[in-house]
Amino acid sequence: MGPTLPFFPDQASAMASRVDNLYFYLLAVSAFFSLLIALSVIFFAIRYRRRSADELPTGVEGSLKLEIAWTVIPLVIALSFFFWGARLFFAMNRPPNDALQVYVVGKQWMWKIQHADGQREINELHVPAGRAVRLTMTSEDVIHDFFVPAFRMKKDVVPGRYTMAWFTATRPGRYHLFCSQYCGTKHSTMIGWVDVMEPSAFQAWLAGGSASESLASAGAKLFQQHACNTCHRPDSLARGPNLEGLFGKQVRLSDGRTIVADEAYIRESIVNPAAKIVEGYQPIMPTFQGLIDEEGILQLTAYIKSLSKPVPGAGEVILPPNNRAAPPLQPTPKENR
Amino acid sequence: MSAVVAPEPEPIEPRDNYLNAAYGVRSWLLTRDHKRIALLYLVSITFFFFLGGLFALLIRLELLTPAGDLVQAETYNKLFTMHGIVMIFFFLIPSIPAVLGNFFIPMMIGAKDLAFPRLNLLSWYIYIVGASFTMWAVVHGGVDTGWTFYTPYSSLYSNTHVVATAVGIFITGFSSILTGLNFLVTIHTMRAPGLTWFRLPLFVWSHYATSLIMVLGTPVIAVTVLLVGAERVLHLGIFDPSRGGDPILFQHLFWFYSHPAVYIMVLPAMGVVSEVVTTFSRKNIFGYKFVAFASIGIAVLGFLVWGHHMFVSGQSVYAGLVFSILSFLVAIPSAVKVFNWTATMYKGSISYRTPMLYAFGFIGLFTIGGLTGLFLATLGVNVHVHDTYFVIAHFHYIMVGGAIMGYLGGIHYWWPKISGKLYPEGWARFAALVVFIGFNLTFFPQFILGYLGMPRRYHAYPPEFQVLNVLSTAGASILGVGYILPMIYLAWSMRYGRNAPPNPWGSTGLEWQTPSPPPTENFKVPPIVTEDPYIYSHEEVEIVG
Repeated sequence: MGPTLPFFPDQASAMASRVDNLYFYLLAVSAFFSLLIALSVIFFAIRYRRRSADELPTGVEGSLKLEIAWTVIPLVIALSFFFWGARLFFAMNRPPNDALQVYVVGKQWMWKIQHADGQREINELHVPAGRAVRLTMTSEDVIHDFFVPAFRMKKDVVPGRYTMAWFTATRPGRYHLFCSQYCGTKHSTMIGWVDVMEPSAFQAWLAGGSASESLASAGAKLFQQHACNTCHRPDSLARGPNLEGLFGKQVRLSDGRTIVADEAYIRESIVNPAAKIVEGYQPIMPTFQGLIDEEGILQLTAYIKSLSKPVPGAGEVILPPNNRAAPPLQPTPKENR
Repeated sequence: MSAVVAPEPEPIEPRDNYLNAAYGVRSWLLTRDHKRIALLYLVSITFFFFLGGLFALLIRLELLTPAGDLVQAETYNKLFTMHGIVMIFFFLIPSIPAVLGNFFIPMMIGAKDLAFPRLNLLSWYIYIVGASFTMWAVVHGGVDTGWTFYTPYSSLYSNTHVVATAVGIFITGFSSILTGLNFLVTIHTMRAPGLTWFRLPLFVWSHYATSLIMVLGTPVIAVTVLLVGAERVLHLGIFDPSRGGDPILFQHLFWFYSHPAVYIMVLPAMGVVSEVVTTFSRKNIFGYKFVAFASIGIAVLGFLVWGHHMFVSGQSVYAGLVFSILSFLVAIPSAVKVFNWTATMYKGSISYRTPMLYAFGFIGLFTIGGLTGLFLATLGVNVHVHDTYFVIAHFHYIMVGGAIMGYLGGIHYWWPKISGKLYPEGWARFAALVVFIGFNLTFFPQFILGYLGMPRRYHAYPPEFQVLNVLSTAGASILGVGYILPMIYLAWSMRYGRNAPPNPWGSTGLEWQTPSPPPTENFKVPPIVTEDPYIYSHEEVEIVG
């Protein structure tokens, strides 16, 4: 293989060409202004070169009109960059609801990936072309970053929280996956591949995988194993909130705030249960930090999510949540203070 | 010493300038003369510049091939960390302010010295003590966190000398604060009679803005590195998520200083360019007040844009929007300066002496650096190029193409005043050309690499990136030659150069209205200022409207 001199990265996601169009616009404007300045400097330098040692040019008064022009025109152009860039940024941060869910855990120095159906991969991610894929990511140690240049997609992977990224791959092929946040000695080996497959091939890959159980059922096992069900249960013996139908709903906390039960909330409730207490319950849950690893927490989250599956798309209840549930999980709101 | 020695040859020249006013090591190490302290800084930062350059050379040699085969990954990580730390904290931040600012601010405002001469000397000693801690860390195995010290890697995971390095940066920060404070007080209180604010040279305005950032921003980095040290030693948990801490908090604190620090590095270079462009065009600056206020605008807005380093960190989308638009705003005053420098050349009498060549280089390269900054401020594009070589290329266009070009331009411009000698013009022009070519060959390919997706801080990389990396390394070796040349001929000129006249360029600046090298008290007769700066001709024509 001879040396190659590429100038432009692959375009393999729906976002890639949108980012590139904006990039070309920026390039065009930059080329124009760079040339304008460079040519003016060169032209003035030659046209007004010093011809004799005692030459004394006449002074030139400043011009308010010019000052305003070269303040306002760049400002207007910059604002066009801002709005176009912001539009794309919003799109990058708003995954469609039907996106395929994939969980990513970064650790020094590997990517551990779990699919909802239970397939696990390391440093490799198989996805179907033409379908939105949503990544929920966290780290077991330091900050990493999940970067797929061909998708123009990048997001830090931060310990202690979930970050989200999504893409729709458009062209089957193998694309670089890089860790782009410096993470220690072997940072540059924390790389891998994203395999974009035809949807049928992807189905075959899913079926032929080694997965024994889905993420949710692995989570259900953990739920039993750690005896979570002693307290989190639907009947009257419950000492903790019932988790059925919880995911995505609003939860009223004992301090009066209302939050949405998302992945970050569930994770926090496992590792730092005292941070947010559901109204009507006591802060009696111990922390499971160090007892359940990040992958386990993702499995538990998948399980808790699966408890909401029976009523998909049901109208979001504003407040109070879970009206249909048994009394213990929807205690009568009481004023605390 | 032997009992009988040949009698010391009498100094031929009278002891009438700051260089020959006193001899001996003590006269330098205990001096309170701002000019001598500037030279102490010049020697120290030149050492760190070449040390940082040596690290850069090793980085570029490693990247000549895709495999990590020259040094081990751990060594490579230490190299880029030390390159960043040495270049930023021990070269770029002190460079123009502590050398040229120290030397010329008092002279430009017609003062005998800075307001606090002892504090000025103290700031150099603090710098040396801080640098010693960091050098101790380098000698004992180095540090591998990147100059950015991101937690929790720096606080919990790195097994290198983070604490010693952090202590070094903490201490050096005070040197920067004292210098800034000294400049602010000096500019406020020690201007010559008649030197009103709008008669100040733009070099002084840019240092005023720089000093504001030094005084207001540096305490934050001091606190931040202190917290990292405390976290490592005492395990406080401030940045540790398993103890309820937040690693992203570190990034907010770090960039709250380190983004404005970029302006500490580049604003003084802008000041140099304003002086050089006017002198070598024999023209008044176009839009004096706009250039002056642009410096202040940059200093103020520069404090409000730190979050653009964190667009992909998981911070809120709305925070991203705010930081994006503010980042575009801070670009505007920089653009205004570039346009005004260009317009200053219009109808001038332009000489191609070495300082002007550096000013040309600055204008071109800073323009490219600034425009590529807009790519990074644009949210949708930032996501792709964040943490890639695009960012490396961008900030080297600002820091090397801008700040170092400005620094070298300033050193050449004021060398006759500092040393009393003229350097060989032909060699100096040649070196400026070598620097320009080497610089572009080093860093332009990195823009392409970045858009292709090559992440920064990679010890080994996929083979398709090799050709561009080879070009970059070739450029770096040319750039290295370009930096060594001035070292040689400037040192040569101190002994063999022709004596410089007081005002070799025919500049209107006050600092040129005194002998070269200047007497210790700067001016035999305290000057009185009667007109605006940069008045080469008393006739003025309007060009528009």
